[in-house]
Amino acid sequence: MFDKYTIDPATVANTGPADAPTGFSFTTKLGYYRGLGLSMIEDLKVSIDGEALPREAITFDEGEGPLTLDEMETAFDRRWPFGAPATITVALPGGFPAGEHKLSLQQRLRISYMPFPSFNNDEKVISL
Amino acid sequence: MTSKIKRGVSLYSFQEEMFLGKMTVEDCVAFGASIGAPGIEILPEQNMPTFPNISDRQVGEWQDMLARHGAHFTCYDMFLDTKRRKDRLMTDEEQVESIHRDLILCNRLGIRNMRILIFVRPDILEKCVPMAEKLDVHMGVEVHAPWHLEHAWILRTIEVADRLGTKHLGILPDMGIFMKHYPPAFRARFERQGARPEVTQFIVDQHEQKVMCEYTIFEVAVKMQGNKVEVAMAETLRHAPYANPKRIGDYAPYFRHIQAKFYEMNEDCTDPAIAYDEVIPALVKAGWEGTLSSEYEGNRWIQDVHEVDSREQVRRQHVMFERLIAQAEAA
Repeated sequence: MFDKYTIDPATVANTGPADAPTGFSFTTKLGYYRGLGLSMIEDLKVSIDGEALPREAITFDEGEGPLTLDEMETAFDRRWPFGAPATITVALPGGFPAGEHKLSLQQRLRISYMPFPSFNNDEKVISL
Repeated sequence: MTSKIKRGVSLYSFQEEMFLGKMTVEDCVAFGASIGAPGIEILPEQNMPTFPNISDRQVGEWQDMLARHGAHFTCYDMFLDTKRRKDRLMTDEEQVESIHRDLILCNRLGIRNMRILIFVRPDILEKCVPMAEKLDVHMGVEVHAPWHLEHAWILRTIEVADRLGTKHLGILPDMGIFMKHYPPAFRARFERQGARPEVTQFIVDQHEQKVMCEYTIFEVAVKMQGNKVEVAMAETLRHAPYANPKRIGDYAPYFRHIQAKFYEMNEDCTDPAIAYDEVIPALVKAGWEGTLSSEYEGNRWIQDVHEVDSREQVRRQHVMFERLIAQAEAA
């Protein structure tokens, strides 16, 4: 319902030293009409030009400090509120590649009342 | 016959603008009050960022804010995260505890109707009845498409309510169950995504004739060799029931609140899909007392082509409600 708003393209930036970036980060919102506990965010798949980056390279921070995706699975006391920005950071030596590239995000959510997982997909063309 | 139907809005209706930061909850409340729909339905998990930790001070701020606009709460939409853990489902005890948490917050907010998600088991709700009675909160199981008023799953809740003789367990119909015509907004989006007009016309015609959905899905997928988008459109028919509005009177004692679902209003303030012109006379005839609470769900069908204006959509729905209620009262 909010797929196309889940990546904020204006926020994509490299992390680490400017001359030797260690990765990149961007702001995301939860593509759902209510907030959700972090333990129910099953996956945040980040891809560049269709190639998925390793799950282990990704951390998430809704404002209470960064967590790996595995750590999120048991973060029972933390929630991602409706419409609230959170930061995804991806470890990628050299940072986001130069020139124009497609950045995509797939959020996989475990919504209790649905018989199957819920997916939100967004893709934005980024040029850093 | 004067009706006892009151009008309100669910904050769900303004999800697009709230998500994008274009409207605050107070803007939504003020708007509802401005169109004669001061009954406010909230989704605490959407509208209260610190949920489930809500202080007395926050409760007071909400009540003051509603009072400023001459508005009042009508309904609390609960959720139940049975799949909160990856390794196992919530136990029955944990489910009851979670529902108790919501009943208590509902009561603290001064709300007497709670929308129960349709997947919550009737035997779990039975265990919650004592708390609901103590706090005087009506638990209404959301009758949402593709379920309908007389679906066997819904009848199980009715059976529990009858057996217990309680006034605090019943249903809460979502008007999406009265989809008499296929929503033009759905069809238009599928066409923008690549569905051929001759196929979308076939699907609309089949729905109009109330052909059981599996026939249409097979025709589109196999005989017409429909593309992915066309098959997806045909599959929406699984969620497009037209329940019989004439049965509303039989179930009216079991509900006190209605989620007035809609997808898009015409400019002349008529609904092209949901049979409100049949539902409202049935509610008035039944002497039903409660709130018709707007639930606009059209944003996801149009946001790919133009800006969403939830206020205008909700406004048109209430012009329709005023007209249909007045006509039914005069009849």
